[in-house]
Amino acid sequence: MDHKVVVENLVKIFGKNPSRGVELLQQGVAKDEILSSAKLTIGVADVSFHVDAGEIFVVMGLSGSGKSTLLRCLNRLHEPTAGKIVIDGEDITAMTRPALREFRRTKIGMVFQNFALYPNRTILDNVAFGLEIRGVEKDARQKIAQETIELVGLDGWENQYPSELSGGMQQRVGLARALALDPDILLMDEPFSALDPLIRKEMQEELLRLQEKMNKTIIFITHDLDEALSLGDRIAIMKDGWVVQLGTAEEILNNPEDEYVVKFTEDVDRSKILIAESVMHKPLAVALLEKDGVNVILRKIDKHGLSSILVVDGTHRVVGGLHPEDLVRAKKEGLSIKDIPVHEVSQTLLSTPLRSLLEMSSDTAFPLAVVDEDQKLVGVIARSHMLAALARRGVI
Amino acid sequence: MDGFRIPIGQHVDSLVDGLQEHVGFVFDWINDVVYATVMGIESVLLGIPFIVFVVITALIAWKLAGKGVALFAIIGFLLVNNIGLWQPAMQTLSLVLTAEIITLLVGLPLGIIIAKHKGLDNSVRPVLDLMQTMPAFVYLIPAVMFFSLGRVPGVMATIIFSMPPMIRLTSLGIKQVPNDLVEAGHAFGCTPYQLLVKVELPHALTTIMAGVNQSIMLALSMVVIAAMIGAGGLGSMVLRGVQRVNIGLGFESGLAVVILAIFLDRITQGLGKKKQEF
Ligand SMILES: Nc1ncnc2c1ncn2[C@@H]1O[C@H](COP(=O)(O)OP(=O)(O)O)[C@@H](O)[C@H]1O
Ligand SMILES: [Mg+2]
Repeated sequence: MDHKVVVENLVKIFGKNPSRGVELLQQGVAKDEILSSAKLTIGVADVSFHVDAGEIFVVMGLSGSGKSTLLRCLNRLHEPTAGKIVIDGEDITAMTRPALREFRRTKIGMVFQNFALYPNRTILDNVAFGLEIRGVEKDARQKIAQETIELVGLDGWENQYPSELSGGMQQRVGLARALALDPDILLMDEPFSALDPLIRKEMQEELLRLQEKMNKTIIFITHDLDEALSLGDRIAIMKDGWVVQLGTAEEILNNPEDEYVVKFTEDVDRSKILIAESVMHKPLAVALLEKDGVNVILRKIDKHGLSSILVVDGTHRVVGGLHPEDLVRAKKEGLSIKDIPVHEVSQTLLSTPLRSLLEMSSDTAFPLAVVDEDQKLVGVIARSHMLAALARRGVI
Repeated sequence: MDGFRIPIGQHVDSLVDGLQEHVGFVFDWINDVVYATVMGIESVLLGIPFIVFVVITALIAWKLAGKGVALFAIIGFLLVNNIGLWQPAMQTLSLVLTAEIITLLVGLPLGIIIAKHKGLDNSVRPVLDLMQTMPAFVYLIPAVMFFSLGRVPGVMATIIFSMPPMIRLTSLGIKQVPNDLVEAGHAFGCTPYQLLVKVELPHALTTIMAGVNQSIMLALSMVVIAAMIGAGGLGSMVLRGVQRVNIGLGFESGLAVVILAIFLDRITQGLGKKKQEF
């Protein structure tokens, strides 16, 4: 499938005669030098990346690194100086004004750091704003706005004014205003930076909850690595207008490209990166291949209320898993455990990131077996554990 | 250097002559429109029964500015009627309203255009400064030259005098709209017109209403001066008081002007506040 958003060699330079700056950039002149010698500010310097449909793409970097400028080029609030932006196969940079307006009205929504709500409009009219601009009839747009307000958990507030709401609630309105248009793409410029940490966490969870339902393509800006890690499918790190590294959270943490990225990753709480070890449980009971008979195993299952049991050999290596139904049948028919099917069980190492585990465990009735370097069973992860752990950390 | 005098006056004279000669029909048209408006408003104000006028204005005052102002309107207008100045008061009101309507029609768009064009702002600002600092009497001369004597030149001189704050505050209001609100408007696909009507004007309304308020107050301050060229109304009563050294008449007419001024001031302030209550 084609990428939803493709950005190729995007450059944005502020100042008079910016194309001069493009040449300087190509010659490898640094941002500071271009500013002092040519009086040009590099907003975004030659950036290329793509974003897939349904992905949350996080752009991270220090203040002034060009994040906002990059984002504003995507809906052409800033006119790119050079380069190409292709969304759904259409070149945004070549659009005429009317086409661009239509594109903004239907395809791409934006959420702002300081909410940018209209103080003289009610919550309902704020959320309906985009639809009003699109020319949707009053009744229809208010109906959609009302539904969107409910979606973000603000029902009952529709007739208040923004100043009557807390920061977190105001940003829910900001989010609802963008969502009311049902755009494919959401641009979010540090939407939670102005909120205090607890509310911020809550909003991140809210966003992920909504994203699960709506599956938008989200380009999310933050200067906070924790936020980037909990939201981003992939993360781009910007510095002086350049993207210095792009990859998944794990890739960036394990292989920081340069000093700048290292600085970012240093103060991250590593426990926030969930790995198998941090969510596994001790197995309540296992079936010993050489020792246990059918009756013993059934008793173990019964005693601990298990829905299946892992079988290990004499060296505590995982052989597979048994279904209780098979055991019950074996008991009735007087068979030994050697005669009933032992199912294959997925195994994983202690250090495997949870992200990869989610995919592994979804199609099996058995828990994941977590093993150490010697392949000895050290823990199990039921799918419910995984979800609970993720939920506890506010990842879902 | 001594012998030479720059002939500013001469140039202004010939400019006015030239305008009259070549675009006289424009002035005729303006004259007709303004005259019709003033007389129309005046005949309505004087046409409705006095008591109906009082009730309506009291209701408006109550709605926009509260009970106190409503009570003030009732007592004030009863007093004006009682001292026999009702007709000139309504003439003055219609003159002020006409001037204000035209000031709004011209000043609002001008203010908006100036706010949107930085270059224009720089060239218009000194003109507005000049308009505001020039002694108001000076406006009587071109007003008389183009529109002779009577209501119309009175309105025109008043308009010139009361226009600057309207333009200034409209432009200020638009420029003060926070950048992120404008940006949000763009991000949601506003046309320039939608941005103006749905984002900028609503946000600037309080400031624009302050402009309306100020220009009405300036218009009222022109009442006596405009009466010197035959605009009539309370101004001419004041002048009559001065000419005949009739302190009583002068004071009563002045009082009527003050009552009108307070009423209009509170109403327009109330209008600005009402819209701001979010
Ligand atoms: N409208 C503008 N005019 C001139 N320079 C700008 C403008 N917007 C941003 N810049 C400059 O571009 C650079 C990147 O800014 P920005 O994208 O806002 O960074 P970030 O969002 O990462 O904090 C900064 O050096 C900033 O000063
Ligand atoms: Mg920014």
